[in-house]
Amino acid sequence: MSSVRVLVGTRKGAFVLTSDGKRERWDVSGPHFAGWEIYHVNGSPADPNRLYASQSSGWFGQLIQRSDDGGTTWEPVGNTFAYDGVPGTHQWYDGTPHPWEFARVWHLEPSLTDPDTVYAGVEDAALFRSTDGGLNWRELSGLRKHGTGSSWQPGAGGMCLHTILLDPSNPQRIFTAISAAGAFRSDDGGTTWKPINQGLRSESIPDPKAEVGHCVHRIAMHPSRPNVLFMQKHWDVMRTDDAGDSWREVSGNLPTDFGFAIDVHAHEPNTIYVVPIKSDSEHFPLDGKLQVYRSRTGGNEWEALTKGLPQRDCYVNVLRDAMAVDSLDSCGVYFGTTGGQVYASPDAGDNWAPIVRDLPAVLSVEVQTLA
Amino acid sequence: MIRVVLPAHLRTLVQVTGEVQVEVDGEPTLRSVIDALEARYPVLLGTIRDRATQERRPFVRFFACERDLSHGSIDASLPDAVATGGEPLLVIGAMAGG
Repeated sequence: MSSVRVLVGTRKGAFVLTSDGKRERWDVSGPHFAGWEIYHVNGSPADPNRLYASQSSGWFGQLIQRSDDGGTTWEPVGNTFAYDGVPGTHQWYDGTPHPWEFARVWHLEPSLTDPDTVYAGVEDAALFRSTDGGLNWRELSGLRKHGTGSSWQPGAGGMCLHTILLDPSNPQRIFTAISAAGAFRSDDGGTTWKPINQGLRSESIPDPKAEVGHCVHRIAMHPSRPNVLFMQKHWDVMRTDDAGDSWREVSGNLPTDFGFAIDVHAHEPNTIYVVPIKSDSEHFPLDGKLQVYRSRTGGNEWEALTKGLPQRDCYVNVLRDAMAVDSLDSCGVYFGTTGGQVYASPDAGDNWAPIVRDLPAVLSVEVQTLA
Repeated sequence: MIRVVLPAHLRTLVQVTGEVQVEVDGEPTLRSVIDALEARYPVLLGTIRDRATQERRPFVRFFACERDLSHGSIDASLPDAVATGGEPLLVIGAMAGG
Protein backbone atom coordinates (compact mmCIF):
# COMPACT_ATOMS: atom_id res chain seq x y z
CA MET A 1 0.00 0.00 0.00
CA SER A 2 1.23 3.47 -0.76
CA SER A 3 2.35 5.78 1.98
CA VAL A 4 3.61 9.31 2.35
CA ARG A 5 6.56 10.81 4.14
CA VAL A 6 6.43 14.52 4.93
CA LEU A 7 9.81 16.17 5.50
CA VAL A 8 9.56 19.27 7.67
CA GLY A 9 12.32 21.79 8.29
CA THR A 10 11.84 24.15 11.24
CA ARG A 11 13.66 26.85 13.16
CA LYS A 12 14.73 24.27 15.75
CA GLY A 13 15.14 20.96 13.97
CA ALA A 14 13.74 18.59 11.36
CA PHE A 15 10.74 16.33 11.66
CA VAL A 16 9.63 13.38 9.56
CA LEU A 17 5.89 12.70 9.45
CA THR A 18 4.66 9.42 7.97
CA SER A 19 1.27 7.97 7.19
CA ASP A 20 -0.36 5.35 5.04
CA GLY A 21 -2.31 6.30 1.94
CA LYS A 22 -5.36 7.31 3.92
CA ARG A 23 -3.36 10.13 5.49
CA GLU A 24 -5.46 10.08 8.66
CA ARG A 25 -3.02 8.83 11.30
CA TRP A 26 0.52 10.08 11.47
CA ASP A 27 3.75 9.07 13.11
CA VAL A 28 6.06 11.92 14.02
CA SER A 29 9.80 11.47 14.34
CA GLY A 30 12.14 14.18 15.50
CA PRO A 31 13.46 16.60 16.26
CA HIS A 32 16.44 15.68 14.18
CA PHE A 33 19.34 18.13 14.63
CA ALA A 34 17.55 19.63 17.63
CA GLY A 35 18.14 23.30 18.13
CA TRP A 36 19.51 23.93 14.63
CA GLU A 37 17.72 25.76 11.85
CA ILE A 38 16.73 23.33 9.14
CA TYR A 39 15.94 25.40 6.10
CA HIS A 40 15.16 22.43 3.88
CA VAL A 41 14.92 18.64 3.77
CA ASN A 42 14.37 16.98 0.43
CA GLY A 43 14.38 13.45 -0.96
CA SER A 44 15.77 12.02 -4.17
CA PRO A 45 13.13 11.11 -6.75
CA ALA A 46 15.50 8.38 -7.94
CA ASP A 47 15.97 6.83 -4.47
CA PRO A 48 13.40 7.86 -1.88
CA ASN A 49 15.61 6.69 0.97
CA ARG A 50 18.25 9.24 0.03
CA LEU A 51 17.49 12.51 1.81
CA TYR A 52 19.47 15.71 2.09
CA ALA A 53 19.05 18.32 4.84
CA SER A 54 20.37 21.85 5.20
CA GLN A 55 21.38 22.37 8.83
CA SER A 56 22.55 25.82 9.84
CA SER A 57 23.07 28.14 12.74
CA GLY A 58 24.01 31.77 13.07
CA TRP A 59 26.64 30.65 15.57
CA PHE A 60 28.12 27.56 13.99
CA GLY A 61 27.52 27.92 10.26
CA GLN A 62 26.30 25.48 7.66
CA LEU A 63 26.24 21.70 7.56
CA ILE A 64 24.69 19.36 5.04
CA GLN A 65 23.31 16.08 6.34
CA ARG A 66 22.55 13.02 4.26
CA SER A 67 20.37 10.03 5.06
CA ASP A 68 20.36 6.75 3.17
CA ASP A 69 17.50 5.20 5.12
CA GLY A 70 14.66 7.65 4.73
CA GLY A 71 15.60 9.87 7.65
CA THR A 72 16.22 7.32 10.38
CA THR A 73 19.96 7.97 10.52
CA TRP A 74 22.02 10.83 9.13
CA GLU A 75 25.62 11.60 8.39
CA PRO A 76 27.23 14.98 7.79
CA VAL A 77 28.69 15.42 4.32
CA GLY A 78 30.49 18.34 2.68
CA ASN A 79 29.93 21.90 3.80
CA THR A 80 32.43 23.84 1.71
CA PHE A 81 30.51 26.30 -0.47
CA ALA A 82 33.27 28.35 -2.07
CA TYR A 83 32.29 30.85 -4.73
CA ASP A 84 34.08 30.38 -8.02
CA GLY A 85 36.90 32.90 -8.35
CA VAL A 86 36.77 36.34 -6.79
CA PRO A 87 33.07 36.71 -6.04
CA GLY A 88 32.91 40.49 -6.36
CA THR A 89 29.98 42.53 -5.12
CA HIS A 90 26.24 42.79 -5.35
CA GLN A 91 24.10 45.67 -4.13
CA TRP A 92 23.37 46.05 -0.45
CA TYR A 93 19.98 47.21 0.82
CA ASP A 94 21.08 50.84 0.49
CA GLY A 95 22.35 50.36 -3.06
CA THR A 96 26.05 50.34 -2.16
CA PRO A 97 28.32 47.51 -3.34
CA HIS A 98 28.54 44.63 -0.87
CA PRO A 99 30.85 41.63 -1.12
CA TRP A 100 29.33 38.27 -1.88
CA GLU A 101 29.33 36.26 1.39
CA PHE A 102 28.07 32.75 1.91
CA ALA A 103 25.45 32.60 4.67
CA ARG A 104 23.44 29.39 4.33
CA VAL A 105 21.80 26.85 2.05
CA TRP A 106 18.14 27.65 1.52
CA HIS A 107 17.10 24.88 -0.83
CA LEU A 108 18.32 21.44 -1.86
CA GLU A 109 17.04 19.93 -5.10
CA PRO A 110 18.12 16.36 -5.82
CA SER A 111 18.49 15.26 -9.43
CA LEU A 112 15.50 13.54 -10.97
CA THR A 113 17.64 10.57 -12.03
CA ASP A 114 20.79 10.32 -9.91
CA PRO A 115 20.63 10.15 -6.09
CA ASP A 116 24.21 11.39 -5.80
CA THR A 117 23.57 14.57 -7.77
CA VAL A 118 21.98 17.42 -5.86
CA TYR A 119 21.73 21.17 -6.37
CA ALA A 120 21.95 23.73 -3.57
CA GLY A 121 20.55 27.25 -3.68
CA VAL A 122 22.42 29.47 -1.26
CA GLU A 123 22.54 32.94 0.29
CA ASP A 124 24.26 35.12 -0.96
CA ALA A 125 22.62 33.95 -4.13
CA ALA A 126 24.41 31.24 -6.06
CA LEU A 127 23.77 27.75 -7.33
CA PHE A 128 26.00 24.84 -6.34
CA ARG A 129 25.97 21.21 -7.47
CA SER A 130 27.34 18.04 -5.94
CA THR A 131 27.70 14.86 -7.97
CA ASP A 132 29.05 12.70 -5.14
CA GLY A 133 26.21 12.63 -2.67
CA GLY A 134 26.97 15.98 -1.10
CA LEU A 135 30.62 15.42 -0.28
CA ASN A 136 31.92 18.12 -2.62
CA TRP A 137 30.15 21.18 -3.98
CA ARG A 138 31.00 23.24 -7.04
CA GLU A 139 29.39 26.52 -7.98
CA LEU A 140 27.62 26.78 -11.33
CA SER A 141 29.00 30.26 -11.56
CA GLY A 142 27.54 31.11 -14.95
CA LEU A 143 24.42 32.19 -13.09
CA ARG A 144 26.17 34.67 -10.79
CA LYS A 145 28.48 35.84 -13.58
CA HIS A 146 26.06 36.10 -16.48
CA GLY A 147 26.11 39.88 -16.26
CA THR A 148 23.46 41.25 -13.93
CA GLY A 149 24.85 39.85 -10.65
CA SER A 150 26.42 43.10 -9.53
CA SER A 151 22.97 44.72 -9.54
CA TRP A 152 21.21 42.03 -7.50
CA GLN A 153 19.90 43.17 -4.14
CA PRO A 154 18.71 41.18 -1.12
CA GLY A 155 15.08 40.82 -0.20
CA ALA A 156 14.05 41.20 3.43
CA GLY A 157 15.05 37.61 4.15
CA GLY A 158 18.47 37.90 2.54
CA MET A 159 19.71 37.48 -1.02
CA CYS A 160 18.74 33.87 -1.39
CA LEU A 161 18.46 31.44 -4.27
CA HIS A 162 15.35 29.64 -3.06
CA THR A 163 13.84 27.87 -6.05
CA ILE A 164 15.42 25.23 -8.30
CA LEU A 165 13.22 23.50 -10.88
CA LEU A 166 14.58 20.69 -13.05
CA ASP A 167 12.78 20.08 -16.34
CA PRO A 168 11.90 16.36 -16.52
CA SER A 169 11.63 16.48 -20.32
CA ASN A 170 14.92 18.28 -20.90
CA PRO A 171 17.89 17.49 -18.63
CA GLN A 172 19.67 20.59 -19.87
CA ARG A 173 17.00 22.99 -18.65
CA ILE A 174 17.05 24.41 -15.12
CA PHE A 175 15.02 27.25 -13.65
CA THR A 176 16.07 29.18 -10.56
CA ALA A 177 14.65 32.12 -8.66
CA ILE A 178 16.37 34.63 -6.41
CA SER A 179 15.04 37.21 -3.98
CA ALA A 180 15.23 39.97 -5.00
CA ALA A 181 16.73 39.46 -8.46
CA GLY A 182 14.12 37.41 -10.30
CA ALA A 183 13.87 34.21 -12.31
CA PHE A 184 16.62 32.72 -14.46
CA ARG A 185 16.86 29.83 -16.93
CA SER A 186 19.68 27.68 -18.20
CA ASP A 187 19.30 25.59 -21.34
CA ASP A 188 22.72 23.95 -21.13
CA GLY A 189 22.72 22.15 -17.80
CA GLY A 190 23.59 25.17 -15.71
CA THR A 191 26.58 26.50 -17.62
CA THR A 192 25.00 29.67 -19.00
CA TRP A 193 21.96 31.56 -17.78
CA LYS A 194 19.61 34.34 -18.75
CA PRO A 195 17.08 36.36 -16.79
CA ILE A 196 13.46 35.45 -17.60
CA ASN A 197 11.50 38.32 -16.11
CA GLN A 198 9.69 39.84 -19.09
CA GLY A 199 6.18 40.76 -18.00
CA LEU A 200 6.92 41.02 -14.30
CA ARG A 201 6.02 44.40 -12.87
CA SER A 202 7.27 45.52 -9.45
CA GLU A 203 6.16 48.97 -8.43
CA SER A 204 8.63 49.11 -5.56
CA ILE A 205 11.75 49.16 -7.76
CA PRO A 206 13.02 52.14 -9.77
CA ASP A 207 12.16 50.58 -13.13
CA PRO A 208 9.04 48.46 -12.60
CA LYS A 209 9.79 46.45 -15.76
CA ALA A 210 13.52 45.98 -15.12
CA GLU A 211 15.37 42.95 -16.46
CA VAL A 212 16.28 41.97 -12.88
CA GLY A 213 15.40 43.22 -9.41
CA HIS A 214 12.05 41.50 -8.95
CA CYS A 215 11.33 39.82 -5.64
CA VAL A 216 10.20 36.42 -6.85
CA HIS A 217 9.04 34.38 -3.87
CA ARG A 218 8.46 30.98 -5.45
CA ILE A 219 7.94 29.23 -8.79
CA ALA A 220 6.09 25.95 -9.35
CA MET A 221 5.91 23.56 -12.30
CA HIS A 222 3.84 20.52 -13.20
CA PRO A 223 6.17 17.82 -14.54
CA SER A 224 3.92 17.05 -17.50
CA ARG A 225 3.99 20.64 -18.72
CA PRO A 226 7.43 22.09 -17.94
CA ASN A 227 7.03 25.16 -20.14
CA VAL A 228 4.18 26.37 -17.94
CA LEU A 229 5.35 27.93 -14.70
CA PHE A 230 3.40 29.60 -11.93
CA MET A 231 5.00 32.28 -9.78
CA GLN A 232 4.13 33.84 -6.47
CA LYS A 233 5.90 37.16 -6.62
CA HIS A 234 6.19 39.62 -3.71
CA TRP A 235 2.93 40.97 -5.01
CA ASP A 236 1.18 39.27 -7.97
CA VAL A 237 0.64 35.68 -9.00
CA MET A 238 2.11 35.19 -12.46
CA ARG A 239 2.10 32.56 -15.19
CA THR A 240 4.24 31.80 -18.20
CA ASP A 241 3.42 29.38 -21.02
CA ASP A 242 6.77 29.73 -22.78
CA ALA A 243 9.29 28.67 -20.14
CA GLY A 244 9.65 32.15 -18.75
CA ASP A 245 10.13 34.12 -21.95
CA SER A 246 7.01 36.10 -21.07
CA TRP A 247 4.86 36.27 -17.95
CA ARG A 248 1.31 37.46 -17.39
CA GLU A 249 -0.56 38.13 -14.19
CA VAL A 250 -3.19 35.58 -13.08
CA SER A 251 -4.02 37.01 -9.65
CA GLY A 252 -7.65 37.41 -10.77
CA ASN A 253 -10.06 37.48 -7.84
CA LEU A 254 -7.57 36.72 -5.07
CA PRO A 255 -8.34 38.85 -2.01
CA THR A 256 -4.65 39.80 -1.85
CA ASP A 257 -1.99 38.68 -4.28
CA PHE A 258 0.88 38.93 -1.81
CA GLY A 259 2.19 35.59 -0.55
CA PHE A 260 5.07 33.20 -0.52
CA ALA A 261 4.07 29.61 -1.35
CA ILE A 262 2.62 28.25 -4.58
CA ASP A 263 2.23 24.71 -5.86
CA VAL A 264 0.53 22.63 -8.55
CA HIS A 265 -1.83 19.64 -8.16
CA ALA A 266 -0.03 16.37 -8.88
CA HIS A 267 -2.50 15.21 -11.56
CA GLU A 268 -4.16 18.40 -12.79
CA PRO A 269 -1.58 20.75 -14.30
CA ASN A 270 -4.07 23.61 -14.35
CA THR A 271 -4.93 23.35 -10.65
CA ILE A 272 -2.76 25.58 -8.50
CA TYR A 273 -2.63 26.62 -4.87
CA VAL A 274 -1.53 29.77 -3.07
CA VAL A 275 -1.89 31.09 0.48
CA PRO A 276 -2.74 34.79 0.28
CA ILE A 277 -0.97 36.90 2.88
CA LYS A 278 -2.25 40.35 3.80
CA SER A 279 0.69 42.47 2.71
CA ASP A 280 4.44 42.90 2.64
CA SER A 281 4.25 44.69 5.98
CA GLU A 282 1.74 42.35 7.62
CA HIS A 283 2.84 38.78 7.02
CA PHE A 284 -0.32 36.99 8.11
CA PRO A 285 -3.63 35.98 6.54
CA LEU A 286 -6.37 38.50 5.90
CA ASP A 287 -8.76 39.05 8.80
CA GLY A 288 -7.18 36.28 10.88
CA LYS A 289 -8.58 33.60 8.53
CA LEU A 290 -6.17 31.00 7.20
CA GLN A 291 -7.31 30.24 3.67
CA VAL A 292 -5.71 28.35 0.83
CA TYR A 293 -6.86 29.53 -2.57
CA ARG A 294 -7.22 27.07 -5.43
CA SER A 295 -7.56 27.80 -9.11
CA ARG A 296 -8.68 24.98 -11.40
CA THR A 297 -8.21 27.16 -14.46
CA GLY A 298 -4.51 27.88 -14.29
CA GLY A 299 -5.09 31.18 -12.55
CA ASN A 300 -7.44 34.18 -12.60
CA GLU A 301 -10.41 32.30 -11.11
CA TRP A 302 -9.77 31.36 -7.49
CA GLU A 303 -11.81 29.71 -4.72
CA ALA A 304 -11.16 29.85 -1.00
CA LEU A 305 -10.50 26.53 0.77
CA THR A 306 -11.32 26.81 4.45
CA LYS A 307 -12.69 23.53 5.81
CA GLY A 308 -10.57 22.54 8.77
CA LEU A 309 -8.45 25.68 8.74
CA PRO A 310 -8.73 28.31 11.50
CA GLN A 311 -11.13 31.05 10.47
CA ARG A 312 -10.50 33.44 13.33
CA ASP A 313 -7.56 34.83 15.26
CA CYS A 314 -4.95 33.19 13.02
CA TYR A 315 -1.85 35.30 12.38
CA VAL A 316 0.73 32.85 11.10
CA ASN A 317 2.67 32.98 7.85
CA VAL A 318 3.31 30.25 5.29
CA LEU A 319 6.84 30.56 3.95
CA ARG A 320 7.93 29.99 0.36
CA ASP A 321 9.25 26.45 0.73
CA ALA A 322 6.50 25.31 3.07
CA MET A 323 3.93 23.88 0.65
CA ALA A 324 4.01 20.56 -1.19
CA VAL A 325 1.78 17.94 -2.80
CA ASP A 326 1.82 14.16 -2.83
CA SER A 327 1.04 12.09 -5.92
CA LEU A 328 -1.49 9.63 -4.54
CA ASP A 329 -4.64 9.16 -6.64
CA SER A 330 -6.43 11.73 -4.54
CA CYS A 331 -3.77 14.42 -4.48
CA GLY A 332 -2.68 15.43 -0.99
CA VAL A 333 -1.74 19.05 -0.32
CA TYR A 334 0.39 20.08 2.66
CA PHE A 335 1.66 23.29 4.15
CA GLY A 336 3.43 24.39 7.31
CA THR A 337 3.11 27.63 9.23
CA THR A 338 5.32 29.88 11.26
CA GLY A 339 3.08 28.91 14.18
CA GLY A 340 4.31 25.34 13.99
CA GLN A 341 1.29 23.68 12.41
CA VAL A 342 1.54 21.33 9.45
CA TYR A 343 -1.81 20.98 7.71
CA ALA A 344 -2.72 18.21 5.29
CA SER A 345 -5.58 17.82 2.87
CA PRO A 346 -6.03 14.30 1.45
CA ASP A 347 -8.58 15.50 -1.11
CA ALA A 348 -6.86 18.23 -3.10
CA GLY A 349 -7.69 20.99 -0.66
CA ASP A 350 -11.37 20.39 0.04
CA ASN A 351 -10.79 19.35 3.65
CA TRP A 352 -7.86 20.10 5.94
CA ALA A 353 -6.60 18.80 9.28
CA PRO A 354 -3.42 19.48 11.22
CA ILE A 355 -0.89 16.66 11.32
CA VAL A 356 0.94 18.47 14.11
CA ARG A 357 0.09 21.71 15.85
CA ASP A 358 3.05 22.68 17.96
CA LEU A 359 6.32 22.36 16.09
CA PRO A 360 8.81 25.22 15.97
CA ALA A 361 8.20 27.68 13.15
CA VAL A 362 8.04 25.71 9.91
CA LEU A 363 10.52 26.75 7.22
CA SER A 364 9.94 24.04 4.65
CA VAL A 365 7.69 21.11 3.77
CA GLU A 366 8.40 18.42 1.19
CA VAL A 367 6.41 15.25 0.55
CA GLN A 368 7.52 11.88 -0.72
CA THR A 369 4.95 9.45 -2.10
CA LEU A 370 6.23 5.96 -1.37
CA ALA A 371 5.18 2.77 -3.10
CA MET B 1 46.70 16.37 26.32
CA ILE B 2 44.46 19.40 25.95
CA ARG B 3 40.99 19.40 27.45
CA VAL B 4 38.31 21.23 25.45
CA VAL B 5 34.73 22.02 26.42
CA LEU B 6 32.53 22.45 23.37
CA PRO B 7 29.16 24.23 23.37
CA ALA B 8 26.09 22.02 23.47
CA HIS B 9 25.30 22.12 19.76
CA LEU B 10 28.84 21.08 18.84
CA ARG B 11 28.87 18.33 21.48
CA THR B 12 25.78 16.97 19.76
CA LEU B 13 27.52 17.08 16.40
CA VAL B 14 30.55 15.14 17.63
CA GLN B 15 28.35 12.86 19.72
CA VAL B 16 29.96 13.43 23.10
CA THR B 17 28.41 14.48 26.37
CA GLY B 18 31.42 15.85 28.23
CA GLU B 19 34.82 17.29 27.54
CA VAL B 20 36.89 16.21 24.56
CA GLN B 21 40.63 15.78 24.60
CA VAL B 22 43.16 16.31 21.83
CA GLU B 23 46.92 15.98 21.52
CA VAL B 24 49.01 18.64 19.82
CA ASP B 25 52.68 18.71 18.94
CA GLY B 26 54.77 21.40 20.58
CA GLU B 27 53.47 24.33 22.56
CA PRO B 28 49.70 24.45 22.18
CA THR B 29 48.06 27.46 20.59
CA LEU B 30 44.47 28.16 19.64
CA ARG B 31 45.33 27.30 16.06
CA SER B 32 46.97 23.98 16.86
CA VAL B 33 44.18 22.95 19.22
CA ILE B 34 41.45 23.82 16.70
CA ASP B 35 43.42 22.07 13.97
CA ALA B 36 43.58 18.99 16.19
CA LEU B 37 39.89 19.24 17.02
CA GLU B 38 38.94 19.44 13.35
CA ALA B 39 41.25 16.56 12.48
CA ARG B 40 39.70 14.36 15.13
CA TYR B 41 36.14 15.50 14.44
CA PRO B 42 35.84 16.58 10.79
CA VAL B 43 32.20 17.51 11.35
CA LEU B 44 33.53 20.57 13.20
CA LEU B 45 35.06 21.96 10.03
CA GLY B 46 33.36 25.27 9.40
CA THR B 47 31.58 25.41 12.75
CA ILE B 48 34.26 27.18 14.80
CA ARG B 49 36.20 28.85 11.98
CA ASP B 50 34.71 30.10 8.74
CA ARG B 51 35.50 27.62 5.99
CA ALA B 52 36.56 30.25 3.48
CA THR B 53 38.47 32.72 5.66
CA GLN B 54 39.59 30.43 8.50
CA GLU B 55 38.62 33.27 10.85
CA ARG B 56 36.82 32.62 14.13
CA ARG B 57 33.10 32.70 13.50
CA PRO B 58 31.64 35.93 14.88
CA PHE B 59 29.49 34.34 17.60
CA VAL B 60 32.16 31.92 18.82
CA ARG B 61 34.50 32.88 21.65
CA PHE B 62 37.42 31.16 23.40
CA PHE B 63 37.93 31.31 27.16
CA ALA B 64 40.43 29.70 29.52
CA CYS B 65 41.51 30.34 33.08
CA GLU B 66 38.86 33.05 33.37
CA ARG B 67 40.40 34.95 30.44
CA ASP B 68 38.88 35.76 27.06
CA LEU B 69 41.36 34.58 24.44
CA SER B 70 39.12 35.39 21.49
CA HIS B 71 40.77 38.58 20.38
CA GLY B 72 44.38 37.63 20.86
CA SER B 73 46.62 36.02 18.28
CA ILE B 74 45.50 32.58 17.22
CA ASP B 75 49.16 31.62 17.34
CA ALA B 76 49.77 32.79 20.92
CA SER B 77 50.64 30.12 23.44
CA LEU B 78 47.74 28.93 25.55
CA PRO B 79 48.00 29.37 29.34
CA ASP B 80 50.20 26.82 31.10
CA ALA B 81 47.23 25.41 32.96
CA VAL B 82 45.58 24.55 29.63
CA ALA B 83 48.82 23.20 28.15
CA THR B 84 49.26 20.85 31.11
CA GLY B 85 45.66 19.69 31.17
CA GLY B 86 44.84 21.39 34.47
CA GLU B 87 42.22 23.66 32.96
CA PRO B 88 40.05 23.21 29.86
CA LEU B 89 39.84 25.50 26.86
CA LEU B 90 36.24 26.64 26.60
CA VAL B 91 34.67 27.13 23.17
CA ILE B 92 31.62 29.29 23.78
CA GLY B 93 28.65 30.14 21.61
CA ALA B 94 27.86 33.76 22.40
CA MET B 95 24.61 34.27 24.23
CA ALA B 96 22.34 36.08 21.80
CA GLY B 97 18.80 35.79 20.63
CA GLY B 98 16.09 33.74 22.25
